[in-house]
Amino acid sequence: MTHPVLILGARSDMARATARAFAALGHPIQLAARNADSLQAEKADLETRYGVEVTLHDFDALDVERHEGFVDGLPVLPRIAVCAVGTMGEQEENEKDPAKAVAVLRSNFEGPAIVLGVLADRFAHRGSGTLVGISSVAGDRGRASNYVYGSAKAGFTAFLSGLRNRLAKQNVHVVTVKPGFVNTAMTAHLDLPAKLTAEPDEVAGAIVKAVKKQRNIIYVRSIWWLVMSIICALPEMIFKKTSI
Amino acid sequence: MQLSGWGNFPKRTTQLTAPRTEAEVAAQIAEGRAVARGNGRSYGDSAIGAARTLDMRGFDRMLSFNAATGQLVTEAGVMLSDVIDSFLPRGWFPMVTPGTKLITLGGAIAADVHGKNHHVEGSFRACVDWIDLMGPDGSVTRCSRDENAELFGWTIGGMGLTGVILRCAIRLRSVKSGWIRQTMIPAANLDEAITAFEDNMAATYSVAWIDCAAKGAALGRSLVMLGEHAEPGEVPPRYRATPFNAPRRRKKTFPMNAPGFALNPLSVRAFNALYYWNGSRQEGQQIVDWDGYFYPLDAILKWNRLYGRKGFMQFQCVLPQDRAREGLHRLMSAISESGQASFLSVLKRFGPQDSPFSFPMEGYTLALDFPRHARAIALMPELDAITLDHGGRFYLAKDSRVPADTFATADPRAAAFAQWRRENGLADAFASAQSERLHL
Repeated sequence: MTHPVLILGARSDMARATARAFAALGHPIQLAARNADSLQAEKADLETRYGVEVTLHDFDALDVERHEGFVDGLPVLPRIAVCAVGTMGEQEENEKDPAKAVAVLRSNFEGPAIVLGVLADRFAHRGSGTLVGISSVAGDRGRASNYVYGSAKAGFTAFLSGLRNRLAKQNVHVVTVKPGFVNTAMTAHLDLPAKLTAEPDEVAGAIVKAVKKQRNIIYVRSIWWLVMSIICALPEMIFKKTSI
Repeated sequence: MQLSGWGNFPKRTTQLTAPRTEAEVAAQIAEGRAVARGNGRSYGDSAIGAARTLDMRGFDRMLSFNAATGQLVTEAGVMLSDVIDSFLPRGWFPMVTPGTKLITLGGAIAADVHGKNHHVEGSFRACVDWIDLMGPDGSVTRCSRDENAELFGWTIGGMGLTGVILRCAIRLRSVKSGWIRQTMIPAANLDEAITAFEDNMAATYSVAWIDCAAKGAALGRSLVMLGEHAEPGEVPPRYRATPFNAPRRRKKTFPMNAPGFALNPLSVRAFNALYYWNGSRQEGQQIVDWDGYFYPLDAILKWNRLYGRKGFMQFQCVLPQDRAREGLHRLMSAISESGQASFLSVLKRFGPQDSPFSFPMEGYTLALDFPRHARAIALMPELDAITLDHGGRFYLAKDSRVPADTFATADPRAAAFAQWRRENGLADAFASAQSERLHL
């Protein structure tokens, strides 16, 4: 397993852990993010720890016009691409400030969907590859506490589902990852329940395993499958009055 | 929030943040009375900020490695276990390692930790080439033996009170395998144990487990364990093809806090007797894997729960070489007479140490664990007094309870350290619960 792995949104904690997990297996790594030059320390880290080749690539998820150019500008088309792009924002701000809501909707849905769509075309043309989209349990059912973020993730989940359906016959696999709570910089200000909260390393390990085993949809901690099944099963009459 | 060290005592209120950038570290320092924290393996209150605690584990990037010199440059939050994971397969091992690999390099420098090879190679200081340290004004100073040497000297062993360690360069040692040739020497009493250490000063590694429950003629009976890095030809046949890949043991997690009565004089006595008997049967040479040799307790995650909710305390002192034998006899007698035997007790010969504020000195160090109950707490002043009587001193990374005046008497360097901190404008910026308790 020494095919290159592209990490989109490489600055996040989950992305860093995922890059390490693939590098530990000997994969060369392509790190893509805005202002990629500031990822020199990440590059040095992966090279020093694992002795793999690491390249840095400027990528702005919101600049969808350039996504084709970005993909075609990569030194080599990766075999595996992981999209860890996303931002949660504050629900209250997202409700009141249209600009913030647009940013959350675009960075969790539009940007990731467009770039994975471009990669999907290239992978399909080649006839191989795996796309990994980090979506969220928040997309399983819209809730008052984070429905702006959640609806964008719901869109992304649906997009990944459709992509998987389309590419199934072309030897291109799509993995949808729903991490649940993860202990990262994005959630550092939240008080998360320990049993439901995964470490970034756990997410990374689950992604590597899902790619290897060609899994379709994974919850990192299986308890989330149960939690979300219950939440999704509640009749709307009852659900709308809850605060979960 | 409430934060404690590995001993689960004391718990102190501090504002804990996990900075991701140097600017965030600087902002915390500017607020004052801050201290950096690594993986929280110091036992007492060293890594609890007096007002603010900086969780540095986000700074976990390795930056470069030079295979010609063995020099590794990393950020301060990199764990020793990560260093081993990345470099043992390439034939490198830490030059100095304490009894756990679950520590950050920043923490190893701050506490100037020691290992089983102190008598030959010294403390962690010996493998540190340079440190990048953030000062009270947020500026970063590189210090080494040649550059800002005074700051370098105080920082190693300075318990995070000289600044926040951001990056460091350490040297690794080249090894031929991931295995250790261990020689087990049963020693029937303390004098035999000391003789075993003194006769084996050329061994790369030496350490003794000591039975604190044994009395009379068996007082201080020990298992002295020597170690050498094994040659590839000595590796067990089924692992010889990949001599750096020792078998990975399954980690177990201690499930919950044990009830207070789990460790009592009877169970501790029984455990120690069994351990000695079992060890005596393994007299002579054995080839053991690196993880089992250096880090037996790392196999049980959260083993500190063994001591229950109230937590435990470590007593670790070092006695100077010329008075060590007499002092150790008195310490062991006091412990065995009290009936408060320590569950895990370690004796180690230190070699010479030249540094302004590090714990080791040439002589013997004794490390003991006690559950925090009244009878054990009552024993501590007696052990402190014996340590003072014999010119010994205490290890800050283990301490949660030495009285300030006792510490100051035992270690006159503390007053000099405190004065140097004041003169250099560090005293207000950097402070831990421990530094305020001991007036460092």
